[in-house]
Amino acid sequence: MSGAGVEPGRHEAAAGPREAWEGMEQTEEFKQLVRARWRFVGPATVFFLVYYFLLPVLNGTATGFMRTNVIGNINVAYLFALSQFVMAWVLAGLYIRQANHVFDPLAERVRQLARRREIGS
Amino acid sequence: MNITLTLFLFVVAITLLITGWAARRSSTTIQFWAAGRGIRGWQNGLAIAGDYMSAASFLGIAGLIAFNGYDGFMYSVGWLVAYLLVLFLVAEPMRNTGKFTMADTLAYRMRAVPVRSAAAVATIAVSAGYMMAQMVGAGSLVKILIPTLDATLKPYFAWSTSLGFKLDPSIAMVGVLMMIYVIAGGMVATTWVQIVKAVMLMGGAILLTLLVLIHFGFNIGSFFDHAAAVKDAKTQLPFTSPGILYKYGEKSVWGVDKALLENISLGMALVLGTAGLPHILMRFFTVPNAKAARTSVAWAMGLIGSFYVMTSFLGFGAASLVGKAHICAKPDAAGKCATAALNNNLSMPLLANTLGKEFFGTFGGEFLLALIAAVAFATILAVVAGLTLAAASAFSHDFYVNVIRAGHDVTEREQVRVARITAAAVGIVSIILASGTGATTNAAALVAGLAFVIAASANLPVILFTLFWKRFNTWGAVAGLLGGTLMAIWLYVIGPGFSVAPPKNPAFPLSNVGIVAIPFGFVCAVVFTWVGGLVKADRLAEERFHEIDVRAYTGLGAEPGTVEEPSVMPRTATRPQTSG
Repeated sequence: MSGAGVEPGRHEAAAGPREAWEGMEQTEEFKQLVRARWRFVGPATVFFLVYYFLLPVLNGTATGFMRTNVIGNINVAYLFALSQFVMAWVLAGLYIRQANHVFDPLAERVRQLARRREIGS
Repeated sequence: MNITLTLFLFVVAITLLITGWAARRSSTTIQFWAAGRGIRGWQNGLAIAGDYMSAASFLGIAGLIAFNGYDGFMYSVGWLVAYLLVLFLVAEPMRNTGKFTMADTLAYRMRAVPVRSAAAVATIAVSAGYMMAQMVGAGSLVKILIPTLDATLKPYFAWSTSLGFKLDPSIAMVGVLMMIYVIAGGMVATTWVQIVKAVMLMGGAILLTLLVLIHFGFNIGSFFDHAAAVKDAKTQLPFTSPGILYKYGEKSVWGVDKALLENISLGMALVLGTAGLPHILMRFFTVPNAKAARTSVAWAMGLIGSFYVMTSFLGFGAASLVGKAHICAKPDAAGKCATAALNNNLSMPLLANTLGKEFFGTFGGEFLLALIAAVAFATILAVVAGLTLAAASAFSHDFYVNVIRAGHDVTEREQVRVARITAAAVGIVSIILASGTGATTNAAALVAGLAFVIAASANLPVILFTLFWKRFNTWGAVAGLLGGTLMAIWLYVIGPGFSVAPPKNPAFPLSNVGIVAIPFGFVCAVVFTWVGGLVKADRLAEERFHEIDVRAYTGLGAEPGTVEEPSVMPRTATRPQTSG
């Protein structure tokens, strides 16, 4: 990794010239990658945080409802808690699919561009 | 020596042999911190799961559910959902920009000396808090396996009282054993130990869950009927219902329901803390690239999630099959316990005992108890090794090499010596703190109350801002790390969570301090970025953002996935070329 060329912590001369990295930042390829990532990660993060905190909030404010039994003695609170596991797995699966099929190819394009410009390699 | 203890020692000996083998294997190679970045995604996933499912998960959560029913399950939910944050925002960028420790990523943009020092403080604080919970868990296990130990050893620990603290003989003994082992064996990457242990732990949990289900004839309905039939003594609520641990509508704080605040505050620590745990972050440096980091989180989420779903069966199972009143180290002849001796960390081993007895007779009960205790002990040992590694790396790599001896070549021997001394110091502090809180404190509550809050309030804001906020600077990073750490510890100490007998009117009302400490950490980082920027501009932090920005997203120039020599890092470290 001679690209960075120096120990990062030293706070000395940057890897490539700063302009080179800034130039990469400005490329359409990089901007596309950043946009694509945040378009997924942004809403997904907001969604899982809201969905997660709904559980303690409902437990505390709609306690009666959460104690309602749905099947036998299995209540809303337990089912909602279980749904959090499903939510987490599904979102993780979606992210990984998106990352493999969309983000990785976009990142590869940026890396190819950087290679042509001889940055970071 | 009884059969239980013999078995226990036998299994522990095996795990120690594995640890020893792994230690020697990695100490002869040059893979000290990052295992040569040659760990595969699924292996790292298992190792993350192994690092993560500590005594707090295995003993603690089941214990909380066994004693408080549904509310204890909140820990399981939060600790899994937390990985979404790791997956989305932390794992891949860290792999792309980091080297050996969290501080490496920070030092990319920030002034190395202050930011590494502050990161070392935060890392050691998290590790010590985490370690406390492991010691408490291990102490509980020893108390049940050798009930006479405490009384026998007590006179030898009298000196500690005169020094102003009280050592718990079981905790101290276990802690010293672990320290001796870890220090003698070396602070090496424990990936394989974690993998072996994760498999053992999953095996143990699956076995017990199956036995619980067999007991109820695989009838989930009947299982929940029995769990609901267990009533909380105070509230008379069925155990399946929320509201036993968090008594909603009873007290209010700042005009809001106190129980609700506690629960939300806990949730914040659980969900936001994981992404700031140094020993988990370290694991992302062991894989070859960002894609493998991603895969490893997926594996970890699968394993951890399945395990945490099982905790509800184990916890409710212990509540209905063993019963809260019977869960302590030394029940009387009728199997009842004194209230003060009740120890929910023992729910899982005692459930094993009950189920073993039911299916395989008295010997079966003892056998299963010993087996589960040994699995738990192996778990604790492995987690302590991982934590020690994190703490030692923070001190040795971040502080000693890059701050104290900055600009000098530091030999591997010297580094290892420093790491060992750090490990011993952290161990001793944890023993004292764990003895102070006592072996009956719940391990899950302990680790969530301290370690996760520090990780979320000190490490998380600084990691996120370093990666994604252009104007963030050294001032903000140091203030976030130190402010978050100190606020979390301070609130915890003055709050009701710290002592066994909580004061009537603690200076801070909540035992879960995340709701104040975590925003405080973020605010500190932001405010000091601005204020510090006015005092003395940190232009380099902003300039180098462009580089870290591109690198975090693309992996350009990331540390390659090959073996590299860390012994004289970082000045003379030679780095192979990558295709970039």
